Amino acid sequence: MPQMQASILSKIVHTLTKTARLMVGIPDYQTYVVHHQNAHPGEPVMSREDFFRERQARRYGANGGKISRCC
Amino acid sequence: MTELRAKLGWTAIAVLGAASLGIVALSRGETINAIWLVAAAICSYLLANRFYARFIADRVLCIDPERQTPAQRFNDGLDYCPTDKAVLFGHHFAAIAGAGPLVGPVLAAQMGYLPGTLWLIAGVVFAGAVQDLVILWASVRRDGRSLGEMIRSELGEPAGTVSMIGVLVIMVILLAVLALVVVKALAQSPWATFTVAMTIPIAVVMGVYGRYIRPGRIGEMSVIGFALLMLALVFGRHVAEDPSLAPLFNFSGEQLALMLIAYGFIASVLPVWALLAPRDYLSTFLKIGTIVGLALGIFIVLPDLKMPAVTKFIDGSGPVFSGNLFPFLFITIACGAISGFHALIASGTTPKMLDSEANARVIGYGAMLMESFVAIMAIVAASILDPGLYFALNSPAALIGTSPETAATAISGSGFAITPDMLKEAAVNVGETTILSRTGGAPTLAMGMSEILSSAIGGRMLMAFWYHFAILFEALFILTTIDAGTRVARFMIQDLVGTIIPAFGATKSWSANIAATAIAVTAWGYFLYQGVVDPLGGINTLWPLFGISNQMLACIALILGTVILFKMKRERYAWVTITPAVWLGLCTLTAAWQKVFSENPAIGFLSHAGKFEAAFAASKVLAPAKSLADMHRIVLNDYVNTALTALLGALVIAMTCFGIAAIMKALADPDISARETAIVPAE
Repeated sequence: MPQMQASILSKIVHTLTKTARLMVGIPDYQTYVVHHQNAHPGEPVMSREDFFRERQARRYGANGGKISRCC
Repeated sequence: MTELRAKLGWTAIAVLGAASLGIVALSRGETINAIWLVAAAICSYLLANRFYARFIADRVLCIDPERQTPAQRFNDGLDYCPTDKAVLFGHHFAAIAGAGPLVGPVLAAQMGYLPGTLWLIAGVVFAGAVQDLVILWASVRRDGRSLGEMIRSELGEPAGTVSMIGVLVIMVILLAVLALVVVKALAQSPWATFTVAMTIPIAVVMGVYGRYIRPGRIGEMSVIGFALLMLALVFGRHVAEDPSLAPLFNFSGEQLALMLIAYGFIASVLPVWALLAPRDYLSTFLKIGTIVGLALGIFIVLPDLKMPAVTKFIDGSGPVFSGNLFPFLFITIACGAISGFHALIASGTTPKMLDSEANARVIGYGAMLMESFVAIMAIVAASILDPGLYFALNSPAALIGTSPETAATAISGSGFAITPDMLKEAAVNVGETTILSRTGGAPTLAMGMSEILSSAIGGRMLMAFWYHFAILFEALFILTTIDAGTRVARFMIQDLVGTIIPAFGATKSWSANIAATAIAVTAWGYFLYQGVVDPLGGINTLWPLFGISNQMLACIALILGTVILFKMKRERYAWVTITPAVWLGLCTLTAAWQKVFSENPAIGFLSHAGKFEAAFAASKVLAPAKSLADMHRIVLNDYVNTALTALLGALVIAMTCFGIAAIMKALADPDISARETAIVPAE
């Protein structure tokens, strides 16, 4: 039983972390890696740091004036 | 059996909602508890989400879970990425919830809590959440295209250009009015100014940490930033009380406005990692935390509402904003009931991450219900204050003077009894020298929040801390918007001007970028400065302009939704978008008309200009002007505002014509003509 509780708890924490990161425009890195390896096998994958930088720049600057947040 | 239980459950919610609404609407004279407002709102939201939203999703939009979403078709793990419903809900809510739903309802409380509450509930259910859901759905069906692109493809190129100009105008007014809210909260307040100023170095520290020391550790950098922020907040009190430090952070409105303009320019050309991104993290998490905290506070403290249900100011003579309940209440409360800005968000990043059409309802409609709840909390925070105190905070100095004595006399004279001592005590409680004429909503909200939160934690001791925490939270948030918004406005200017002068549109060119940034900053800076020197407080003029522009954009979005429904031959359900569109069209056009042509100088720009021109011709100086040059500037501002308001009205009319033309064409066309992406069935 405690094991199950721990796994539920860790799942909740995991979801909350993902939510918090996506709130500021950073999607899940692991999802990206898995997708990239499946869709483009053999091609280079961005490192965690590069992924972060790319997403950060994309949210504010390089998206051609898209509005990412509201009044 | 479960069906029966569900039926009983929904019936109970309906009964509780109706009873709460009855208590809220019918109580006269006796004070009621805030919980009834909250219960009425929550029950209405639950019912709307279960029945009306489902009707829209299933019958009107024919949501199809079998159909692949852009996230599935273009999955790249980056922009397009199927995302868990709960995670995406958080993302979408964080993107739509801003300062708007906190300010508008506070201002609207001058008419009592009832009109604002009713509009917030009815508005979100039948207009705001409908708009968000319809636009999200439309974008999902079109590869995640933006509002502008959808208008161009469904209503034609000219309509696209018209809406683009509309978005640029709303952007400029939004930035000006939000900057004004910050100025009003920080003027002559060393404590608040110090803490807000400290957010800049704190953000830079976070930025360096997240870029070079521990790249991408958002959690760590946010914790560091938050700790430093709280230190600054606590230390701010010493700054305010230290006679040698306090003057360094004591600025007039004009000084703060110029600083903000300079800040906006510099911040928006810096690399994003240095200032914008880290502060965005901090303000986003602080915002969500504060919203949750405020909700908990209200549930724990269960405060009584001291504001009457309806005040005499529904006749349009109120000090906070001028004009009758119709249309001005519906202009003042924009975000929270319906916000055109959301159409930009709902056609932005969210549609690219939706993992199934089936989740569009809870994200599009549901997140907007949540935003409306935030607005309800803002009304509660404003309404638990003593009404006399509320009007002292929100009336311009031109009406109540600048000393507690004159203010108490003026406000008591208008029927809301308050003594000079009460005003002084209120200022001391929150650690300020004065609370008079702190218009703009933020200080009122901060006052209400400190009342609620200090009742929950800390009592009188922590009241000043909570007040400045609330001011900090709003200012932090608004500064991020100014920074990000100036960048967006720059891109839009480059895009628009670039169609005429291609060199100007080169976003890689430094000179073009600097020039476009300068134009953007000058545009909102002009309105900001005009608002700061306006003796009626500026908010009086600027907030209605913002409301009109935001509702105009909502009207445009709903016209798009209507046209799409006609083009899909689903016109029998088009009333779902036509009803709110017509209502918003009526509100914006009536308000725009009155702002331009009303014979009452407090409302109409032209009659105001006429009054000052006549005095100018007779070489008389009318208060608030101090010289003939001031007089001249006031007249000029009136004409600028007239032109802007007329432009907004013209945009609504133009879009209505484009919409009607597109509908006629769709009716004449025997085929379905909406340009959805072809169906790809889910695997």
